[in-house]
Amino acid sequence: MKKLSARRRHPLAALVVLLLALACTGGLYTAFAPADEAQAGTTAQSLAIDEGKKLYAVGCASCHGTGGQGTTDGPPLSGVGAAAVDFQVGTGRMPAQQPGAQIPKKKVIYSQAEIDQLAAFVASLGAGPTVPTEAQYNPEGADIAKGGELFRTNCAQCHNFTGKGGALTNGKYAPTLEDVDPKHLYEAMQTGPQNMPSFPDTTLTEKNKQDIIAYLDAVNSDDSESPGGLELGGLGPVSEGLFGWIFGLGGLIAVAVWVAARTAKAKKS
Amino acid sequence: MSSQETPEENLPAERADDEHAHGAVSVADEKHPFADPGLPPHEHRIQDIDERAAKRSERTVAFLFTLSMLATVGFIASFVTIPADKIVYIFPLGHISGLNFALGMTLGLALFCIGAGAVHWARTLMSDEEMTDERHAIAAEPEVKAKVLADFKQGAKESALGRRKLIRNTMFGALTLFPLSGIVLLRDLGPLPEDKLRHTLWRKGLQLVNMNTNEPLRPSDVAVGSLTFAKPEGLEEHDHDFQTEIAKAALMIVRLQPDDIKDKRELEWSHEGIVAYSKICTHVGCPISLYEQQTHHVLCPCHQSTFDLADGARVIFGPAGHALPQLRIGVNDEGYLEALGDFDEPVGPAFWERG
Repeated sequence: MKKLSARRRHPLAALVVLLLALACTGGLYTAFAPADEAQAGTTAQSLAIDEGKKLYAVGCASCHGTGGQGTTDGPPLSGVGAAAVDFQVGTGRMPAQQPGAQIPKKKVIYSQAEIDQLAAFVASLGAGPTVPTEAQYNPEGADIAKGGELFRTNCAQCHNFTGKGGALTNGKYAPTLEDVDPKHLYEAMQTGPQNMPSFPDTTLTEKNKQDIIAYLDAVNSDDSESPGGLELGGLGPVSEGLFGWIFGLGGLIAVAVWVAARTAKAKKS
Repeated sequence: MSSQETPEENLPAERADDEHAHGAVSVADEKHPFADPGLPPHEHRIQDIDERAAKRSERTVAFLFTLSMLATVGFIASFVTIPADKIVYIFPLGHISGLNFALGMTLGLALFCIGAGAVHWARTLMSDEEMTDERHAIAAEPEVKAKVLADFKQGAKESALGRRKLIRNTMFGALTLFPLSGIVLLRDLGPLPEDKLRHTLWRKGLQLVNMNTNEPLRPSDVAVGSLTFAKPEGLEEHDHDFQTEIAKAALMIVRLQPDDIKDKRELEWSHEGIVAYSKICTHVGCPISLYEQQTHHVLCPCHQSTFDLADGARVIFGPAGHALPQLRIGVNDEGYLEALGDFDEPVGPAFWERG
């Protein structure tokens, strides 16, 4: 130690101290490298927002306004959140072909990457529901029976008790829920698209939503089981009555005609 | 039966030759202005004259009956062998119960083949000669009438009903009293509802509980555009009177922008734009909750009555007679939504004494 203190007045001492200090600072900086990544993340985020803004200006601004403030043709988008964009654009409802009572589901025209960019831009306009993660909407292990109960209390009035959809007023309707992606089901409940009321987590918890998705998955997908046989659209008495009148009564009439018809007669000789 | 006893109006026009009257044409006279053309000449079926055709028909009928037997055997076999929860895919029916399908098809086939065999038998092999028969007189013959009256008198005399008055009177008593049991049972149609239709479980201070989560609601839980169903605090699904009470107390809670509310009383009875309305339609009492969040309209699925929640739930379409009753709400000390009283009018459909 004596040696070191003896050399403190060496002409190079200042340089050595400076180098040590620099190394320390560098080491500390490296140790806090995550700060670097965070910065990169923000950059990617702002890049996505920029890209989304460009897409928005082309595809959405004519109805929703250049800054998402809304026009007479489309509602304001501030606060609708990324989940609403992911649902509306991801199911092809947006961009709409024309304003009207109801914007129908159609072919999806944006790629998922573009949808994410649009969502990032719209989310930047005001805080709103975010796109759910798979852990949130995955129906695996959820309570199907509870889901059925919740569905009948909250959803069945418009969407029919097996989710086949139904009519509303003035040309509006509740669409069928057959084979809708679980993510989109979750987003629809969270955001309340078009005239559907929303069911935020305070009304219908995340677990409740999973139960409902699991119920729909069980009763309303291509391979759901229907032990009773032909569902006739699952619409209830209208289609069942029509089937009864046409095929039931029709069959009886056919048999009655057959019973009373003239039998083939021998040719007169 | 001789033709003298048959009243004139029940008879078809008399024919010159009643038997074997194929193609007979009687002549019109003063009494019967229209001639009876009689039956057309009988034509034989192929089976009547060709034995091979008859054999063919016989084989068809026997085939149908045999098919029915096989289907019945199939019914029993499916019942025994197919498990009740077996699901099979059958186009175009979808994924259905294999047992139901097999039982239905075999039972249907078995019954249909018996019927079809019988019909084919009757149509092709049984006699198809046309037959004519006279109508019977409606009144019984005098001898029969006299016999019945005599039998009745004799029975009455032998039963000594007129002489043994005690038996007769007690029998009348028993027969008169017996219907009273039926009348007493009508009591179960009552008791009268009294004021039950005018009151619900809601009263001042009861918290609004979310039907889904069973948790009391805070104003911040109810977002604009959302739809929440609520029940009164303390009412649980396993309570014995749950259905009776919820049928009247069910609430539909939505939040509107206070500026959108056109009705002054609605605004006063709301809390920061949160309004609570009865979920029971005022037409015939269907649960009504087809809420369109952009128009603030609520539609009833039964008869399409439409209510405007932004304007005191006024009826804007459909058969409903009056607006949905609103529940006055506020916030208690703990920050939860609470009722500030019961509904001020009966919920649900109109009734005679409603006024």
